[in-house]
Amino acid sequence: MRPSPLVTMRGIRKTFGPVEVLHGVDFTLQPGEVHVLAGENGAGKSTLINILSGVFDDFSGELQMRGRPVRFASPMDAVGAGIATIHQELSLVASMSVSDNLFLGHEIVRQYGTVDFGVQEAQAASVLDEMRLDIAPSTLVEELPIARQQLLEIARALAREASVMIFDEPTSALNEREVEFLIERIHELRGRGRGIVYITHKMEEIYRLADRITVLRDGRSVGTTTPDELPPGELVRWMVGRELAADDERSHGPAEAPALEVDGLRVAHPELSDRYLVDDVSFTLRRGEILGLAGLQGSGTSDLLHALFGALGRRATGSLYLLGEQFAIGSPQDSVEHGVVLLTNDRKALGLAPEMEVVHSASLASLARFCSSVGWVRRDVERDAVESLTREFNLNAPSLDAPVRTLSGGNQQKVYLARCLLTEPRVLLLDEPTRGVDVAAKADIYRLMREWVRQGISILLTTSELEELLLLSDRILVMHRGRVAAEFAQGEVTKDGILAAAMGAASPDERGESA
Amino acid sequence: MREAWREQLSRRWALPVTRAMLALLLMIAIGCLFHADGAFFRWSVHRDMLRQVSVYGILACGMTVVIITAGIDLSVSSLLALAAVFFAWFTLPQGWPAAVAIPLVLLICTTLGSVSGALVARMGIQPFIVTLAMMVFARGLAKVVSGGQKITNYVTAADGSTRLIEHPPVFGMIDSRVLGGNISIVTVVFLVCVLATWVVLARLRLGRHIYAVGGNKEAARLSGVPVSRTLIAAYALSGFFSAVAGICQAAQETHGDPETGMAYELDAIAMVVIGGTTLAGGKGSVVLTLVGVLTIGYLQKILSLNAAPEATRLMLTGAIIICAVWFQRGRKR
Repeated sequence: MRPSPLVTMRGIRKTFGPVEVLHGVDFTLQPGEVHVLAGENGAGKSTLINILSGVFDDFSGELQMRGRPVRFASPMDAVGAGIATIHQELSLVASMSVSDNLFLGHEIVRQYGTVDFGVQEAQAASVLDEMRLDIAPSTLVEELPIARQQLLEIARALAREASVMIFDEPTSALNEREVEFLIERIHELRGRGRGIVYITHKMEEIYRLADRITVLRDGRSVGTTTPDELPPGELVRWMVGRELAADDERSHGPAEAPALEVDGLRVAHPELSDRYLVDDVSFTLRRGEILGLAGLQGSGTSDLLHALFGALGRRATGSLYLLGEQFAIGSPQDSVEHGVVLLTNDRKALGLAPEMEVVHSASLASLARFCSSVGWVRRDVERDAVESLTREFNLNAPSLDAPVRTLSGGNQQKVYLARCLLTEPRVLLLDEPTRGVDVAAKADIYRLMREWVRQGISILLTTSELEELLLLSDRILVMHRGRVAAEFAQGEVTKDGILAAAMGAASPDERGESA
Repeated sequence: MREAWREQLSRRWALPVTRAMLALLLMIAIGCLFHADGAFFRWSVHRDMLRQVSVYGILACGMTVVIITAGIDLSVSSLLALAAVFFAWFTLPQGWPAAVAIPLVLLICTTLGSVSGALVARMGIQPFIVTLAMMVFARGLAKVVSGGQKITNYVTAADGSTRLIEHPPVFGMIDSRVLGGNISIVTVVFLVCVLATWVVLARLRLGRHIYAVGGNKEAARLSGVPVSRTLIAAYALSGFFSAVAGICQAAQETHGDPETGMAYELDAIAMVVIGGTTLAGGKGSVVLTLVGVLTIGYLQKILSLNAAPEATRLMLTGAIIICAVWFQRGRKR
């Protein structure tokens, strides 16, 4: 006899206006299991999760907790019933302390309604300890790096004694080591009988965590099974309903003329005067090459890209040569004019304006191309250019005039990429180009990147997914504490080698730390 | 067939313009109900309403631009007074021709506007604080220029004698009507300002930059948008429109009053917001503002036609601002 499931959802249907987005989905969660919910963006995962966590109460079908029918009127209700959601976007109040955040909305109150901060801090300390987080409860959240904040979200779920924890792509902002840490924590939580719903686009996580996998496609459940019975190729087929072209032919071998030469690049630390985030880095990016930058969080890869783009202003020093000509590190505006464009790793904060239409978002960086001398936008030319590029990108948007916030994550990323490409760049600086993007869109982006290098564009790529870096790069530079720790050519590189170098394992490299 | 039609309808319904228009139509319908013995059906009433809102409307044009950059401009009313005072001073005691006085006044206020913009953009001070300071400063400057008095056509000569002079023709011209007396010149000026603002926002590169800066400033910077220049241009435009409004105000009042236009900035902000342009920035349009201006204009007109006391008028205006904004936001899902 199996234990009664924590959560049972049966025949769940949900409509938005006239459109039905869930067509009768079944889902169960047992105590002590990690149940991965997989599917492309738009398959209905978020909607299902939102129903379970009380965001939507207007659905049809059956929702039970421990065999008893329930209906949540609000997210507060669901939290009260022991369902905690750890969102992709953080929901912490940055200006408040860690312990205040852990008990936000569930403050421990004395007789007369005053908050008992002492007890809260003590309990917070024990929860943090349980999570093996070495953080003082009085620390302000804004002082913590993103990865820690993410873990704090989980600690909050623990503090609320949730029996069901929903993780919505929790690792998109984490590096490999932090992912490792998170996975261990989740294994522990499972061991203690909690039920965990886990949404991710990353294969590795699916197979390391899942006890069962449910795949959604177009608002229907394709099936639920164990990972043993669903190898990766089969999983992808379940998700997309078709075979993905396994386009693994690398760009090409031999080196061409240099596109961007970097000599002695330094980026000063914003506060500490004698520290450098990027310290004396030199390399050459060739024409039509994808040069991968590997490194753990804080190793300086992202800062390097920002510095080359001129986004860090005078904090960055060093000499650059663009197609053989000296090129001063200037402003983003200069860089875009010279054909150097940056795609940041945070399209929400640094990339797109949510209310801006698709066309305008895509053309923002290249308006000069579409304007007359007095600054009058030639809208037909603009629209044609955006339309033809987005068609090439397989962009799926309700209309080119829709605000970008109405698009799925993968499609937003395509709009952001289109903005970079419309500037007709010579050098593309890509910081996590596939963050928060579904499998099909990822495949599209890989295909496009190969196409661009074939056209002679050079790409400097950094990503926290090593698989991706290995798949795409012609060469890989590994950074450790702001310096280049190792360089690998395609073919001589392994995941282990990169990780060892990134973690600062002594390497016989001539650029060694003693320099 | 019917499904498609219904979907079309619900999409239209979600558009901010539709909602703003509905609010306006509702207001007009109320006017038709409380028509004050048919007064509401006379064109002259509508013409006067248009004349009365024009000065506010001109300010609201600049305000729209600044609000879309996620800023606010509290200084418009003081710049209006400053413009009125300078315009009267140039044309009456100084006796300069309008062709010199008008460009000069426009230049002064545009410059002060761009100073606000520069402080916001380059020093990173909050727009509310910067323009609050500019509001106080410009009001003070208006009093210095005018010596604290209204500048009228009663001028003091060098020998201390005073005399009454003729108003130069530009005063009468601005305060006259065209199209057979059916529309006031200030209303025409207002509509031209709306058109100019629309061109800037919807057709020029500057407009794209304004939306981008308001929608996500950091993203705009990283896309190569000249953020500082864009902000300066937005506040300069607001200064420019304040000058236009000030000149109209002086012509209508036939003098330059340093105390004129007190708290007009609040009316201008209310008109922008009622139209549906949000204070969060990155979103909105001057067409919405035009509808907002008319909505408030009709509200005031209907209340005065029905001889509602001042107190009632204020309370109703406050309540209606909230209702209109709530209506604009509509259902969240």
